[in-house]
Amino acid sequence: MLELNEVSLRFGDKQVLDGCTLCLKAGEHIALMGPSGCGKTTLLRVALGLQVPDGGTVRSKAERAAAVFQEPRLLPWRTAAENVNLVLSDGEETLPEAHAWLKRLELDDARDLYPAELSGGMQQRVSIARALAVLPALLVLDEPFKAMDSTLRERVMGLTAERVKDSALLLATHSEDEALALGCKVLRFS
Amino acid sequence: MNPRVQSFFRTLAVLVFWLLVWAGAAALVGQELLLPSPVQTGRKLLELGGTAEFWLTVGKSVLRVLTGILAAVLGGILLALLTHRSSLCMALLSPLMTLVKSTPVASFIILALVWLGRGAVPVFIAALMVLPVVWANVTAGLRGIDAGLLELARVYELPRLRILRRITWPSVRPHLRAALRSALGLGWKAGIAAEVLTVPALSIGKRIYEAKLYLETTELFAWTAAVVLVSLAIEKLLLRLVGKESTHAGTE
Repeated sequence: MLELNEVSLRFGDKQVLDGCTLCLKAGEHIALMGPSGCGKTTLLRVALGLQVPDGGTVRSKAERAAAVFQEPRLLPWRTAAENVNLVLSDGEETLPEAHAWLKRLELDDARDLYPAELSGGMQQRVSIARALAVLPALLVLDEPFKAMDSTLRERVMGLTAERVKDSALLLATHSEDEALALGCKVLRFS
Repeated sequence: MNPRVQSFFRTLAVLVFWLLVWAGAAALVGQELLLPSPVQTGRKLLELGGTAEFWLTVGKSVLRVLTGILAAVLGGILLALLTHRSSLCMALLSPLMTLVKSTPVASFIILALVWLGRGAVPVFIAALMVLPVVWANVTAGLRGIDAGLLELARVYELPRLRILRRITWPSVRPHLRAALRSALGLGWKAGIAAEVLTVPALSIGKRIYEAKLYLETTELFAWTAAVVLVSLAIEKLLLRLVGKESTHAGTE
């Protein structure tokens, strides 16, 4: 599904990635853990094709990828439901599906609100709903649950784990609990 | 009271205030030849408005200037897309736009008169005044598109048309509205100024020129009032075409 071979990347004087190798199959979940600034997000960006490495190879066979970034990345001019619908179709025929995903993320009352009218945690849940709605073959999560309280986080993690049990999952996190809840093998960065 | 009604009455009160100032000044001067009163100007405007020639003249002038403005809007958008994609095009075009913005409009009118026919000069001048403003604002809009949203579109492999409709256009539209707001008046005034200097048949500029020539100050004021009213109408119309402003950082 995703193969990173001897990937290296340098930003100025700083070697951010140095010979990273990673192989991710369908149904396999991997959590990247390590201190802030160790290159977890950079590796996720390389995996998504958003960052070209200086060396090594990246091969992805995922037909459909989805990502939840550290920030929600919602269209400010569209409602929560329309933001989820953005990745489903260009029309309104998939809006009920978007509504259903918002309901699962406990955002039923917020579907017609704009991002500016939502709290940070709610915005992040909209972006999770958007990622889960597409049933991705590869899901990349970059510290997606940090703006949620513990009870809600557990429910959202449960929903995520259930939705992507057959997909490849790459998670960047500081929390062992999150890695455990999503059934991830842990890779430690230093 | 409804805020819209409140705003309407406020605007009306300001208008009445300035009309009273104008009427007071005209009464002080006491000579219609030097400064006609608002009533004399209004009466003249009504008199002119009762003739078919007035509407034909206004229509032809509007057509000329609007042609120039619309060409400039389209051209400005296309050039902005081009310069946004190519740094070479940006390097070549940027000084040209600065030159256009800093050259006196009268120089362009005289040059255009040499190059083009009388009827085409107002079209060209209106376009020339609007083009750099639209180009600069749309370029700023394109530069301001949230890179995070474009990355999102890439990850989810959104089709090009959807990116254009849902991300690019809503990001650029507030900038285009601002450009139209500042450039329309400019284009319209420059177009009429070009008409005054080139006096094409059936044009507001020619009527203003003739009014000046025959010392018909009241008619000059009446035509000027017509220019202002048409300018406001064009601005409202074009801004409506671009769409409403939203409270949510843009709309589609």
